[in-house]
Amino acid sequence: MTAPTPTTATGTPYGAGASDATTRPVAPVHTGSRASRVLGGLALGSIVLLVLYGLVWSPPDAEMADSVRLMYIHVPAASFLYTGCFITTVASALWLRRRTPGWDALAGASAEISLVFAAITLGTGSLWGRPTWGTYWTWDARLTSTALLTALLIGYLALRRLDVDPTARSTRAAVLGLLLVPNVIIVNRSVEWWRSLHQQSTLVKLDPTIEGQMLVALMVGFLAVGLVFTWLLVHRFRVAWLEYQSERLDLDLALVERRAEAGRASEAGRTPA
Amino acid sequence: MIAMTHAGYIAAGWGGAAAIVGAYAVWVLRRGRALSRQVPPEERRWS
Amino acid sequence: MWRDAALVAGRDLRVELRSRVTTNQVAPFSVLVLILFAFALDPDRQLLERLASGLYWTAVLLAALLAISRSAAIDEADGVRDALRLSGLDPAGVFVGKAAAVAAVLLGLEVLLGVGVVVLYGVELAGAGLVVLAGVAATVAVAATGTLYGALVSGLRVRETLLPLLLLPVLAPVLIGATRAFEAALAGVPADGWPWCGLLAGLAILYSVAGALAYGTLLEGS
Repeated sequence: MTAPTPTTATGTPYGAGASDATTRPVAPVHTGSRASRVLGGLALGSIVLLVLYGLVWSPPDAEMADSVRLMYIHVPAASFLYTGCFITTVASALWLRRRTPGWDALAGASAEISLVFAAITLGTGSLWGRPTWGTYWTWDARLTSTALLTALLIGYLALRRLDVDPTARSTRAAVLGLLLVPNVIIVNRSVEWWRSLHQQSTLVKLDPTIEGQMLVALMVGFLAVGLVFTWLLVHRFRVAWLEYQSERLDLDLALVERRAEAGRASEAGRTPA
Repeated sequence: MIAMTHAGYIAAGWGGAAAIVGAYAVWVLRRGRALSRQVPPEERRWS
Repeated sequence: MWRDAALVAGRDLRVELRSRVTTNQVAPFSVLVLILFAFALDPDRQLLERLASGLYWTAVLLAALLAISRSAAIDEADGVRDALRLSGLDPAGVFVGKAAAVAAVLLGLEVLLGVGVVVLYGVELAGAGLVVLAGVAATVAVAATGTLYGALVSGLRVRETLLPLLLLPVLAPVLIGATRAFEAALAGVPADGWPWCGLLAGLAILYSVAGALAYGTLLEGS
């Protein structure tokens, strides 16, 4: 059964009606706003800066040669991955407290973006590892924890897609989301402890001794990745908000139709009498 | 930039990241447009 | 709350005993897993013996998934959920009771698997104190975590596939800790294993508290 397109009182679908010049101006049919456009512009600008600093202006590392350039994406991506998880947990807690749909939308949006950044973290980390250690994957603490975190996020997002009553779904997701940061902390600590027992060749990490142009490139990386994260979050949140509204409307519509049906059925029941 | 060591890995890493973010952004924006059509303007007061 | 817990634990255990699914299906499954490991790895006994701790706990986790799934299923029958809500039982008590029942079942399975590992893999028992304490701590951690996550997926059609996806990453630290503790015990170096036992105990407490607190919300909100 196809849902009828919601229309205004005059029968035109939302967002159309440029001819309705006499009525109120039509809201744009997208998730953009002036703020998000400014944000997007800044993000693009910082990406250009990052390409310049990261690929051109900064020197290759003494030990890693040019593969250090992958770190300018990898490290910020990992940081914002954790930021996103933090946002999801806090939003889940606030949803459980306040029960306003915005928090649920934020929790879900943040988790999805975190998953995107997890993929980037794992990908860049893996590609960095190949020329540096010779393999795409080692069971070092950071990579292993990130892999488990990715699994946690996939599970959370799977729970969010359940086909149940929206409040029940949001409640379950919120409880799971609330546990996300604690789980991340526990997993990270356990894995670190575990791997530290196996005196591996000390990883060539991005040390505090990083300086000069490389430090600048890393900072620009944080800026660019952070702006991209925020821009994505704003839009994804709005999409989640729209999904919530759309679902609510569908439910209202279904209720209206059901009542109409019931009305018709009782009418038909009365006639033979 | 052209004579970088490990150029392939760097290209794959940066390119992959750009592709993933780009594809995701496109998906979000398109989904935003599709949903906006179904939802009345009062509920999307961000512009 | 403890009385409610005892009530619920008693019910869950009675259901399990009467249906005998655990004894007739889950237990053989877990032993089968041990046997499969022998097929997958060279039944060169030294290898199996060296890996015994890890293989053991992996088998326990897989069996636990089944046990937890069955525990969640008990409350999915028609109207049981509402009955629980209306009964006035303290939700924390319900949680503790269910977790205790799962823990009891798991302990039974672990003893069985322990015998299996000694017989099939030629493991020699040592460090009994550490083995027992770490085992109990790990079991409580798995049972508490599992009961909480079981409630998260309870009533869903996809419960059976979603539960492992949600639970296994969360139980990874338990697997790490339990394996390290057992390895230390069997190697005769229990001093290495006690810190891990501490981790397991910490996780057990953490998830017991979390589950007790969250169970009320989950019972209501679904």
